[in-house]
Amino acid sequence: MSDAEPTPAIHDMGGLSRFRCSPVERDEAPPDAFGKRVDALRQVLAQKGLMTVDELRRGIEAIPEPEYFGLTYYERWLTSITGLLLEKGVVTPEELA
Amino acid sequence: MSAPARPESLARLERLVAALAAKGLVSEAELAAMQARTDRASPEIGARMVARAWLDPAWRALLLADGAAAAERMGVSMAGAPPLGVLENRPGLHHLVVCTLCSCYPRAVLGYPPGWYKSFEYRSRAVRDPRGVLAEWGTALPAGTKIRVVDSTADYRWMVLPMRPEGTEGWSEDQLAALVTRDALVGVALPQLPARAAA
Repeated sequence: MSDAEPTPAIHDMGGLSRFRCSPVERDEAPPDAFGKRVDALRQVLAQKGLMTVDELRRGIEAIPEPEYFGLTYYERWLTSITGLLLEKGVVTPEELA
Repeated sequence: MSAPARPESLARLERLVAALAAKGLVSEAELAAMQARTDRASPEIGARMVARAWLDPAWRALLLADGAAAAERMGVSMAGAPPLGVLENRPGLHHLVVCTLCSCYPRAVLGYPPGWYKSFEYRSRAVRDPRGVLAEWGTALPAGTKIRVVDSTADYRWMVLPMRPEGTEGWSEDQLAALVTRDALVGVALPQLPARAAA
């Protein structure tokens, strides 16, 4: 049996050497209108019992790496929320087409 | 990181909201009310909780035992929010909060997390090189200070109770609260006295 550590999933960034030498970009801006709307939608859906934070996380963590890095923060949320609501049958692909 | 969302993402969001609205599941009024509520939360709430802890030992004990209960006591609704833990800085021990997996943050008492808190660099380096991260904020800890890095999660959020700066004896709660920045509540900075006016 190999004792090599499994490669962590892409969201699992604690200690990742990939960013070891990159300074933290001091982005202080509050979310833009799109971000605030996605944020509010997530909270309203949670309040109505249509999704949980853990489900949001699962959806984000399932985004394949190339796409994960290509999306903005709230685009990742929207991808997760949309996927969850489709998975649960709350909305259909036709309605979103 | 802070690039604007693509037009297709904006369209995707509106299609989703329209589909949910058509089923009566989500309304524009509900979204607006939720956004207004979220916009109201700010680090001033956390700063006030800290200032009170500096002045009132009983409040400090409550804050450290159950941050969510303390927040509720200040009129903050914690309904649906995860528990709030408060990390007490002491001489020789400093705390730094990160969410390595995403962006978990005590939003009820600090508002939206800033962009840098959600950045890949902060998430990866806070645990590996916390002193390097603090240095980027110009934060130097006294020699021999240990740093505990604490991971906020979907199920438990953290904020820091910094040490009260020397030279603030006799200050009011308002004066003290004004010293406590969001960065101090996350642990990347320390409360600073305003630069003294030239005597």
